[in-house]
Amino acid sequence: MVAEKKKSPVKKNQPAYSKEQYLQWYELMLRIRRFEERALVAYGQQKVRGFCHVYIGQEAVAAGIESALKPGDAIVTAYRQHGTAIGRGVTTQAAMSELFGKATGIVKGKGGSMHFFLAENKYFGGNGIVGAQIPIGTGIALAEKYKGTDNLCVTMFGDGAARQGALYESFNMAMTWKLPVLYIVENNGYAMGTSVARTSNVQELYKIGNAFDMPSEPVDGMNPESVHEAVSRAAEHIRAGKGPYFLEINTYRYKGHSVSDPARYRSKDEVEEYKGKDPVKTTEEKILRLGLATEAEIQEIKDAIKAEIEAAVKFAEESPYPDASELYTDNYTQKDYPFIRD
Amino acid sequence: MARKLSLRDALREAMVEEMRRDETVFLMGEEVAEYDGAYKVSKGMLEEFGPKRVIDTPIAELGFAGIGVGAAMNGLRPIVEFMTWNFAVLAFDQIVNNAAKTLSQSAGQFKCPIVFRGPSGSAGQLAQQHSQMFESWLANVPGLKVISCTDPADAKGLLKSAIRDDDPICVMESELLYGYEDEVPEGEYLVPIGVAAVRRYGDDVTLVSFNKMMLPTLKAAEELAKEGISAEVIDLRTIRPLDIDTIVESVKKTNRLVVIDESWPFAGVSAEIAYRIQKYAFDYLDAPVTRINAADTSLGYAPTFVEEYLPNPEKIIRAVKEVLYVVR
Repeated sequence: MVAEKKKSPVKKNQPAYSKEQYLQWYELMLRIRRFEERALVAYGQQKVRGFCHVYIGQEAVAAGIESALKPGDAIVTAYRQHGTAIGRGVTTQAAMSELFGKATGIVKGKGGSMHFFLAENKYFGGNGIVGAQIPIGTGIALAEKYKGTDNLCVTMFGDGAARQGALYESFNMAMTWKLPVLYIVENNGYAMGTSVARTSNVQELYKIGNAFDMPSEPVDGMNPESVHEAVSRAAEHIRAGKGPYFLEINTYRYKGHSVSDPARYRSKDEVEEYKGKDPVKTTEEKILRLGLATEAEIQEIKDAIKAEIEAAVKFAEESPYPDASELYTDNYTQKDYPFIRD
Repeated sequence: MARKLSLRDALREAMVEEMRRDETVFLMGEEVAEYDGAYKVSKGMLEEFGPKRVIDTPIAELGFAGIGVGAAMNGLRPIVEFMTWNFAVLAFDQIVNNAAKTLSQSAGQFKCPIVFRGPSGSAGQLAQQHSQMFESWLANVPGLKVISCTDPADAKGLLKSAIRDDDPICVMESELLYGYEDEVPEGEYLVPIGVAAVRRYGDDVTLVSFNKMMLPTLKAAEELAKEGISAEVIDLRTIRPLDIDTIVESVKKTNRLVVIDESWPFAGVSAEIAYRIQKYAFDYLDAPVTRINAADTSLGYAPTFVEEYLPNPEKIIRAVKEVLYVVR
């Protein structure tokens, strides 16, 4: 069923949220953007290796989700996760070091671009198997219900994962058991190079929820306000003990699937159209238009973030790689596990 | 004081005791609650613990295995029952890509204390899809521990250790032996993971096996004794980590080794043991390490196929006589 929509509080010429809220969204989105732009440069210099999927264009989703949650809520997502992780509180320093494969990285050089984790903020990570985090997020929610908290788990995935069997199994059990889980599909239109239209007869992904009687709705993902509103509405429903909720957040990635993808499957016009909706740019314009900050204040934020990212790169460059012996740690909690070494 | 208990009752006692001891332990799987378990292992548990802690799932192995992994990452200690390990193949993404790798990819930030359990191996005329043994597959994966034991006393102690362990553990049982009875001590005890048991002492040859193949192995040892051949019999109990020291010590005494393993032969448990014995007991061997595995085929339905496919006392006795150069 399509969830009942309340009238949006967003009006064109007056702020729907506080100045602090707009600036917080703007700063987080800009931090993610600058982080990834710099990471791509480092990739070109072969300082970052392996798979690297950037979030550029999708930042409003991470920003709008974070502001709508409360401490104690959990998030799990897929491998395009730099933005979500930074939103959760992974520092750009620890994130950049991780991309560089250094011992000072958020997971000590063990995870790379796809696998950041932050237990203290209940960030359950970036998962590299498409859709695998959907049952895991459902289980994280089951544990919250089991423990009797009012926390929820935001379980994020891409439009490609919406075609995995794990989603249907998880939706079914989460609804049957009324688990506190908010499913969010970030629909950026393409599962790697395959458009949503080519993967199913059902292209409006929120409709998948209908088969489970799960409240579901489409959301504009190109600005943090609409994401924040939808997530807040869903969270209220979930915390009332009514079970899961499903949001299809429509967004766009400006870059290819990964660094090695030139994204020739998309038209220039399509990319240009979405660049007009760039969440970082439009939020900046809005802040200025509504008089929430001056040009000088915006410039100050830009300068601070630029300095932060450069410091993160310097920190990553100067940090050591993990000692090779670390290969044998964290495979088991058992400290004296007898690895076969011959 | 010991009493006789069946394997299913011993496994149930392990779960019940641990659930009484620790609120975070719960059981989920197909038919585990209202039906009392497909093989009655969880009989009566719904009544004692209620539907919050004994959870019937729909038939969705991938989904409920992943829900278990998420719950384990978030502070619970799930026991996930598979009706058989054959069905768990659908869940291998969660077992192999997630449970086994959570600790490593989070650099120790998240543990995954979960037990996946159910019957492994053949169980009569069940044909190709319901007759497979998965010990070798799972033991190949760093991050997992694999227990495979059907002695009721040891299975109980090992399952209790597995539930308390902070690493993900696969517990391999046996459909045919759920009713198998043996002595089980009263009261609280644990059996350590990763330690083999010597079931019978002998001097002429070492026989190594695990799970239900322990029965034909012990039977063969008995028959051999009548002919004056003294076999030492080792029950692995845990496949990963493998207790190779106990086997090496035995082979240093007997100088001969036959491995009886219901897994398929290629790159399996028996192959790993043979490698390590040639490495660590080379100078002690008086004959090539020999193995009796399940046939290198899928298992068809007819009784003649079952007979041909599985190790049995006759095949084991013949292999022992070969390594003793009594027959050729």
